[in-house]
Amino acid sequence: MTDEEILQLLYEETLTGNAPAVAGGVNDGLAQGMPPESMLFDALIPSLEEVGARFERGDYFVPEMLIAARAMQGALDILRPLLADNESAQIGTFLMGTVKGDVHDIGKNLCNIMLEGAGFNVIDLGVNVPPEKFIEQIEEHQPDVVGFSAFLTTTMPMFKANINALEKAGLRDRVIVMVGGAPVTQEYADAVGADGYAADASTAVRKAKELIELRREKVLV
Amino acid sequence: MSRVAVIACGALALDVRAISRARGWAVDLYPVPAPLHNRPAQIPDAVQAELERLEGEYDRVLIAYGDCGTYGALDQLLERHEGIERLQGDSCYDVLAREEVRAALEEQPGTYLLTDFLARTFEHTVVRELGLDRHPELLGDYFGNYTRVLWLAQRRTPANQAAAERAAARIGLPLEVLEVGNAGLERALETALAGAVRA
Repeated sequence: MTDEEILQLLYEETLTGNAPAVAGGVNDGLAQGMPPESMLFDALIPSLEEVGARFERGDYFVPEMLIAARAMQGALDILRPLLADNESAQIGTFLMGTVKGDVHDIGKNLCNIMLEGAGFNVIDLGVNVPPEKFIEQIEEHQPDVVGFSAFLTTTMPMFKANINALEKAGLRDRVIVMVGGAPVTQEYADAVGADGYAADASTAVRKAKELIELRREKVLV
Repeated sequence: MSRVAVIACGALALDVRAISRARGWAVDLYPVPAPLHNRPAQIPDAVQAELERLEGEYDRVLIAYGDCGTYGALDQLLERHEGIERLQGDSCYDVLAREEVRAALEEQPGTYLLTDFLARTFEHTVVRELGLDRHPELLGDYFGNYTRVLWLAQRRTPANQAAAERAAARIGLPLEVLEVGNAGLERALETALAGAVRA
């Protein structure tokens, strides 16, 4: 297969969640010397973005999205060590978790995949994460961004509790705070004092990059 | 006597009918398909379609839905229809047993809630809708963080009990039962319909 055909295969098979075909395509691409970044940025990520778009349009439902994400995850597992060799690909560290009282993580996990694919070092704290755990992990990993995820209207107030905990620990100015989840809106994110909000995984990646860029510019000025 | 319509989520429709009959309320029931709960963004449009269909035919219309994952979109729709209300609460769990459910979730955030309807229709409304029949490997993605199933038993009949047990077994979680009955739903309907139905 030509490089172009492999990219086409990766795009289409990720779209339909055919994990074995995606893994096979990645291995074939590597065997014939294709750059990992090309497979990632020219096929896998655009495909997962299309999956997100189809979900938004109602053409895809959760299972289609999940199997596509699994296919992408399988590809990332192969590509990760190769991408890690390229330090320029490392955009920043993103610490992620679902807030205390909430065990929903499908959206968070999709964000993680997209962030990792885009070159972030993602540290996932899992679900039902209490404020003190976020604080402890921020101190340990010094991330550029911390992401709080919530699926329930009853657990969204934990965003504010987490931000208060960051302030109390003297960490608020050292980390960008992003929030997200099905019930979350930009207005709510503003109200709790988050730095960023994204409605979907692709936007989360763009927003995180933009916020990191802004912060680095400020430091230089 | 007012003419009253209830546009009800399919998951509550049978209970609304049973309560209305038992109370002698003269209401016409218009169910909306329950599987929309898996695509809650479509609920407001479905309710709107029913409202348009019934326009001018009734003196009073009640929406037997909670917020149900529409995150305010249903309320925004109803703001455009003066005098039309929905049941109070985030979900039917709230309507059935708000305080008990909140306490259960606080005690164990990984609590997966079942109603009678969900238990009886689990294979269709959950397993098939979530694609677990086609992709059993996704079971962990959906339910890996849950630690128990809590059945909010409205009618603890042998058939419902067996259905709840099957549902819990299907996702590999222990079943606990909280008998809530339908008093919460009845109160919510009574409040919302006060004065509009014949006693």
